[in-house]
Amino acid sequence: MLESLDAALLARIQFAFTVSFHIVFPAFTIGVASYLAVLEALWLWRGRGTYLVLYRYWLKVFALTFGMGVVSGIVMSYQFGTNWGPFADRTGPVLGPLLGYEVLTAFFLEAGFLGVMLFGQKRVGKGLHFFATCMVAVGTLISAFWILAANSWMQTPTGFAIRDGQYIPADWWAVIFNPSFPYRLAHMVLAAYLTTAFVVGAVGAFHFLRERSNEAARSMFSMAMWMATIVAPLQLVVGDLHGLNTLEHQPAKIAAMEGHWETQRGAPLILFGLPDMEAETTRGAITVPGLGSLILTHDWDGEVRGLKSWPADERPHSPTVFWSFRVMVATGVAMVLVGLLSLYLRARRRLATTGWFLRTVLVLGPSGFIAVLAGWITTEVGRQPYVVYGLMRTAEARSPVDAPAVAGSLLAFAIVYFVVFGAGIYYLLQLMRRAPAPLERGPEPGLPQRAAGITPAQALEKR
Amino acid sequence: MTIDLPLIWAGLIAVAVLMYVVMDGFDLGIGILFPGFKDERDRKVMMNSIAPVWDGNETWLVMGGGGLFAVFPLAYSILMTAFYAPLIVMLLALVFRGVAFEFRFRDPRHRSFWDLGFAGGSIVATVTQGIVLGTFVQGIEVDGRSYAGGWFGWLTPFSLFTGIALVCGYALLGATWLVLKTEGELKARAVRIARRLTIGMIVAIVVVSVWTPQFNLSIAMRWFSWPNFAYLAPVPILVAVTGWALLRSLNRGRDLQPFLLSLALFVLSFSGLAISLFPYIVPPTVKIWDAAGPPESLGFLLVGAVVLLPIIFGYTAYAYWVFRGKVNADDGYH
Repeated sequence: MLESLDAALLARIQFAFTVSFHIVFPAFTIGVASYLAVLEALWLWRGRGTYLVLYRYWLKVFALTFGMGVVSGIVMSYQFGTNWGPFADRTGPVLGPLLGYEVLTAFFLEAGFLGVMLFGQKRVGKGLHFFATCMVAVGTLISAFWILAANSWMQTPTGFAIRDGQYIPADWWAVIFNPSFPYRLAHMVLAAYLTTAFVVGAVGAFHFLRERSNEAARSMFSMAMWMATIVAPLQLVVGDLHGLNTLEHQPAKIAAMEGHWETQRGAPLILFGLPDMEAETTRGAITVPGLGSLILTHDWDGEVRGLKSWPADERPHSPTVFWSFRVMVATGVAMVLVGLLSLYLRARRRLATTGWFLRTVLVLGPSGFIAVLAGWITTEVGRQPYVVYGLMRTAEARSPVDAPAVAGSLLAFAIVYFVVFGAGIYYLLQLMRRAPAPLERGPEPGLPQRAAGITPAQALEKR
Repeated sequence: MTIDLPLIWAGLIAVAVLMYVVMDGFDLGIGILFPGFKDERDRKVMMNSIAPVWDGNETWLVMGGGGLFAVFPLAYSILMTAFYAPLIVMLLALVFRGVAFEFRFRDPRHRSFWDLGFAGGSIVATVTQGIVLGTFVQGIEVDGRSYAGGWFGWLTPFSLFTGIALVCGYALLGATWLVLKTEGELKARAVRIARRLTIGMIVAIVVVSVWTPQFNLSIAMRWFSWPNFAYLAPVPILVAVTGWALLRSLNRGRDLQPFLLSLALFVLSFSGLAISLFPYIVPPTVKIWDAAGPPESLGFLLVGAVVLLPIIFGYTAYAYWVFRGKVNADDGYH
């Protein structure tokens, strides 16, 4: 019994570890791919060299990140089977075709046009190259569509029947457009755009602080701040709608996020505290009376269910969810403030000259990744103990793999991921530390980076 | 007449696996041959020849795994558990070789480390795929709806042999790809290597063909019973003819022919296997119809596959067309 429990926990840790590493890359590439499409469009339309410089600068970053996303993603497509065989067997008829469509409509599209996008600048015309960039960008969004449909179905399953223990699709429309899907999709795509905006903004700020005359750095900083101004407040609204949707379909998750134990009207908003699963209370809570009900039900006197209304074995781990949720919200609020401040400074024509603001954006560079990971921890830990909400417990989903095998593979993943992706993230930082140079070139597999730009004539001709 | 969806899907999954084997086969083969080429210019050419296409090639692996999950969830669940250790090692090996494409150019000081990762990752991934293939042919112990064998069920003399045989096969694909994409001294070396690997591949096919009926009675009966024997007899003859034609085209210094003929060797071996194992998706117990998901799932995804696969073939062919012709270190794609 003890051993099977350990193996279950190890299998969960393994999935959490591999998926957390993976999501960091797509969260960034979804945004960068769209950004590249915008940059190339602007270059083709306006013919300003700065856009081409920026395109080539971010293309290198994109190539590196995308490569890591691909290899960490292939691992994911086999994780369902290796450690979670019974889950795969029972949910395969519903989730399998969704992932199948992801491969058919997104993965092949991205992979097919990525080669042209990265290496084809001299082999195809400008129009075709732009088309390839757009296909890659669209591919990343289609991929997000299917994978979030699959995840959302596991959170709010609809449109299925149960036959011989398997979930059988009854209505594909209801399976795909399940109740939480539109909110989750919008929330995640906006999160990806924000993640990219803050990385781009930080890189722009970094180079602009070092060299005030760098036109490309100023330009990327300004573009990133426009994104923050528009998308961050929008994300706040979408996040609120997503939360209301969760309250309707997964109230236990909300109770755990809020640290509420008692069902009550006019519930307070707990700002900070320490939820205690044993004592069934949130210790040292700092509260704002009534605000909890207002936010959750949009009514000062609305009723909010507490965790005690579920049996102990149906409750998600409140301390984790409570804190990951706060980290996400705090990061999101910081992003909104930056977005609004940038608008104010822009209106007073001080956006690029306010040193403390540039430094703030620089510090917030990784904020998107923190928010994305914290958000996913909230929603995934918050739906426990179920893997398919209300239907299939995580404990039933596991393969009969012994603890030593799961532990061994987990150790192998940990070592390889830290070495490989540690090095990859270091190379990314190195790339971003280089200032965007006027003769920026695309990724060049055949030549080391610095020895590359020896034929300025060619690069100029490209403009 | 009703449409036999599991049968159609078994065919499509088989195509996906074959696509994976031949396409990632040649770029894994480049990795296997990598240690034999020390010169940095040669290595650049080798890398450049596959850099724009390897990602698309590897997508077929996701298609195979994802397709199995979608339409044969029971088989996916059993096979992934049965191949637990080799699959995890394969995935980690693919991680190493996949990032090497970017990393070796980003970090000249540690280039030898990432080159080792590229070559080692390619070799290890190939060996584990060969082991999975060998175990699959030998049969998998199943009880009810789960795998019932041991954690080292995949480790047998036969599976180790198929592991090594696949290294030889992928290296042959890689070598003939180099014959196609390179010129001069590099091509001449690739021809010499490909010649030896052709012999090795033919020997491996013969050994597997003689060995398999020794332990698998049902395959033996299928092969040697009349009239199957007459239908199957062309396969070994075709293998012999293809092998001979491959050697001849290498000797004549042809560019494209050797690659196509080594692809043909793979297609022949693969179809021989498919004929021998049909209709089992988890030999020797689970048939494709037992493992198939409900028709609702199979039909839904089939619509997409029928519409999208031709489009995918179209733009994949286009991507290969864009990068057609000989590659060299300097003017590759820059």
